[in-house]
Amino acid sequence: MKQHSQNNTKKILPLKSIAIMLVMLFTVAAVTLAFKEKNDVALYNHAPANINKDSIESVKAFMQVYKVLMSPRCMNCHPSGDVPLQGDDSHLHTMLPKRGKEGKGVYAMKCTNCHQPENTAGVHMPPGDPNWHLPPADMKMVFQGRKPHQLAKQLIDPKQNGNKNKQQLIAHADDVLVLAAWNPGEGRTLPPMSHAGFKKAWITWLEKGAYAPKK
Amino acid sequence: MISLNVNQKNYQVDVSPDMPLLWVIRDTLGLTGTKYGCGVAQCGACVVHLNGEAVRSCITKVSRAEGKKILTIEGLSENNNHPLQKAWQEIDVPQCGYCHSGQLMSAAVLLRENPNPTDQDIDDAMAGNICRCGTYLRIRKAIHLAAEMQQKG
Repeated sequence: MKQHSQNNTKKILPLKSIAIMLVMLFTVAAVTLAFKEKNDVALYNHAPANINKDSIESVKAFMQVYKVLMSPRCMNCHPSGDVPLQGDDSHLHTMLPKRGKEGKGVYAMKCTNCHQPENTAGVHMPPGDPNWHLPPADMKMVFQGRKPHQLAKQLIDPKQNGNKNKQQLIAHADDVLVLAAWNPGEGRTLPPMSHAGFKKAWITWLEKGAYAPKK
Repeated sequence: MISLNVNQKNYQVDVSPDMPLLWVIRDTLGLTGTKYGCGVAQCGACVVHLNGEAVRSCITKVSRAEGKKILTIEGLSENNNHPLQKAWQEIDVPQCGYCHSGQLMSAAVLLRENPNPTDQDIDDAMAGNICRCGTYLRIRKAIHLAAEMQQKG
């Protein structure tokens, strides 16, 4: 009897183990799915179900975008303080013009008092654009000092990116001030890739899920 | 021909559209109160108002000014009696005086937008106007005095 009972136990134990393992597997799968879903929607809650997401390709594209955004041509007008940066070494803008409420300067020190609708001819003369400005005081859109993870999160957060949704962000690649980075005037280096290359990486990052790098 | 309105007078000038506004003001119209300093928008001696904003006329093309209202130091007041001009005289601000038409035009924008500026407001507004004689403290004092005069009417 004793032997018979042991045989029964041996038969029952594997069934118990399988049941426990199945429960554990379901639990792990459920938790993983929950987190995955959370990650996917974290960046674009309003995005339609996207079967084209690819975190590796998205992050790879963002790292190209990041190099451009952190180049002087982009970062100089996205400073951490209220004074724009200037030059390829991103020093504080001479004369220390202030951002102002709307990002257009203050009093007699407004951006377009010196920055003309177009580049002024000559080495290191003021670059120009009809709408030259910094981000406004209530949404500074700082690039300076941001790590890739921080910047990616910031760029897709409408509360920090100028209330832009995904389509507006894609369109922003052709904004006149963005394009001005590739026409910086004499004496200034260009961003580290062409505008076409930047736009492609920008759209890839967004279309593939706008994933943020881990760091 | 380019149509300009300078100090509330209309002019037709036969100049190249890319000529700096400063050249037109000084050489074509003969209004020499506005000075040439650096020619690269770094010193502020050439500041005039373009639709009320303190633009640097040395790098502003005359074509940008077409159809807009230009105000030079000659048009700041009818009888040199703008509060800033009176305060400048009372405190005897200038030394050589070369930069002061630009200083006054910049300060006028400040007082219009902020009738009671702090020292910091003044520094923020005037940081782009360089004075080689170093009259900055008298400039600041005069702007405060002009603000008082303006408020008293």
